[in-house]
Amino acid sequence: MAYFSEFTYLVASILFIFGLKALSHPDTARRGMNLAAFGMLLAIVGTLVRHEILRYDWIIAGLVIGSAIGAAMSVWMPMTAMPERTALSHAFGALAASLVGISEYYRHGAELGAFKMTAIGFEVMFGGITVTGSIMAFAKLAELVRGSPITYKGQNILNVSLFVLTAVIFATLVFLPGTGFLFYTMVGLSFLFGIFLVLPIGAADMPVVMSLMNSYAGLASAATGFAISNNVLIIAGTLDGFSGFILSILMCKAMNRSINNVLFGAFGSQVTATATQTDGVMREVSTEDVAVQMAYARQVVFVPGYGMATAQAQHVVRELGELLEARGVTVKYAIHPVAGRMPGHMNVLLAEANVPYSSLYELEQINPEFPTTDVAIVIGANDVVNPDARDNPHSPIAGMPILEVDRARSVVVLKRGRGKGFSGLENPLFFKPNTGMLYGDAKSSLASLTHAVQQA
Amino acid sequence: MSPEAFISALYVFSLAAFLGYQVISRVPPLLHTPLMSATNAISAISLVGSLVTAGGDYNLTSTILGFTAVIAASINVVGGFMITDRMLKMFRKKEQIQH
Repeated sequence: MAYFSEFTYLVASILFIFGLKALSHPDTARRGMNLAAFGMLLAIVGTLVRHEILRYDWIIAGLVIGSAIGAAMSVWMPMTAMPERTALSHAFGALAASLVGISEYYRHGAELGAFKMTAIGFEVMFGGITVTGSIMAFAKLAELVRGSPITYKGQNILNVSLFVLTAVIFATLVFLPGTGFLFYTMVGLSFLFGIFLVLPIGAADMPVVMSLMNSYAGLASAATGFAISNNVLIIAGTLDGFSGFILSILMCKAMNRSINNVLFGAFGSQVTATATQTDGVMREVSTEDVAVQMAYARQVVFVPGYGMATAQAQHVVRELGELLEARGVTVKYAIHPVAGRMPGHMNVLLAEANVPYSSLYELEQINPEFPTTDVAIVIGANDVVNPDARDNPHSPIAGMPILEVDRARSVVVLKRGRGKGFSGLENPLFFKPNTGMLYGDAKSSLASLTHAVQQA
Repeated sequence: MSPEAFISALYVFSLAAFLGYQVISRVPPLLHTPLMSATNAISAISLVGSLVTAGGDYNLTSTILGFTAVIAASINVVGGFMITDRMLKMFRKKEQIQH
């Protein structure tokens, strides 16, 4: 039977890799994921027949409760709540890893060798940080806690000391694994550190936080594999750890910032004096004017941002887009990698609204097209279209790759109010002569635009 | 754990890291949200460890910890795969969309 278990783990590992490979194209992705799910099922069956398992009552109860919650969440969770759901699932994954680690320590304690203690240490440390960090991220996304960065004096000193203290305890434990008091202190400190790590990060940096938590949750699982000498855990955990790591790097690149900067900079809290002086006026435009411009345009590009997600305006955007296409207008969607609150957030929302993925364009593909675009419609995006990133070397977002909508013949910005965006930066785009502001909730603005285009 | 076992685990880790990098860096930005939810579902393989902890009948504390871990991990397994599929179903080409 031991061989049967190991065999299912091997097959599961291979299927996981195939599954992730299939995600390189939307056409193959679903089949790949089915394979991966089948691998998971195999591994579970393989585990259930292992000789260590003596009783099944707790297992069955746990599986039934967990599966019911998981299924309910995936059926009823609206697509707009995807960042929240993902944050929660990072917390659950890490919780499982931490609990297994704590149980291992509880059972073996002083008998643990240095290697195994190291593995368990990483397991509960990554696990603990991820559990509270992800819950914090969830609370911010669900607006239970203020979503913008929360900073205070001495924040970096506190975080660094917490980290150093945890690391020192960890190192001591490796040599003195029997000190239970130290172990549980380390667990507690990891939980605490997760809270303080995510507290000062927020708003536009959320995609980076999500990726980091994804990475840590995976590393916690991989460490579990080390602790219980199980290769499939190491492989699956490492795949998750690396995917999160790669996404973190991509997200940071998309904002031209280093991970350190995100973790310790608390971008967005600082009000800066270096923003471009904006002495112009914001020109308000009427729905009818915009509708006429769009109706007789050759090409219209929609630029969705977090504002589209909060207004749940993705369906109205698609309707308007289709209406324009029916009139012979070329309609494209420009997607900035960090638009929204998690990597690929906008893609999922537009896919939900039935926008074909062939109409979605990435930064590098769409930027050369703006000079020949008649109307660019910015829907609740701010920093990702801020020309200061390109033009003003003193701007805090200098060098960040942006969607160059300001090069379009005409720009219309859909915005709830005159306030600054999440980053608190002034956006010179709003003051350009070819930019018009259309204030209001994105959903109702778009609905009236659709109506007006029908009249045009 | 013997040093040999630790080293061979490190081998597995390094190879998985290399392979993961190769495979995942090819996932287009279009699919980054499904990627995140898929890798999260896959990493819920820690359910394997949770099952042993819950069913090993070691002591009450371990069983309760294991039981809670089984719940948490199976939420991720079932929820993760189901929602990834729900998302992937939505990604369609132009000709596949009918109204």
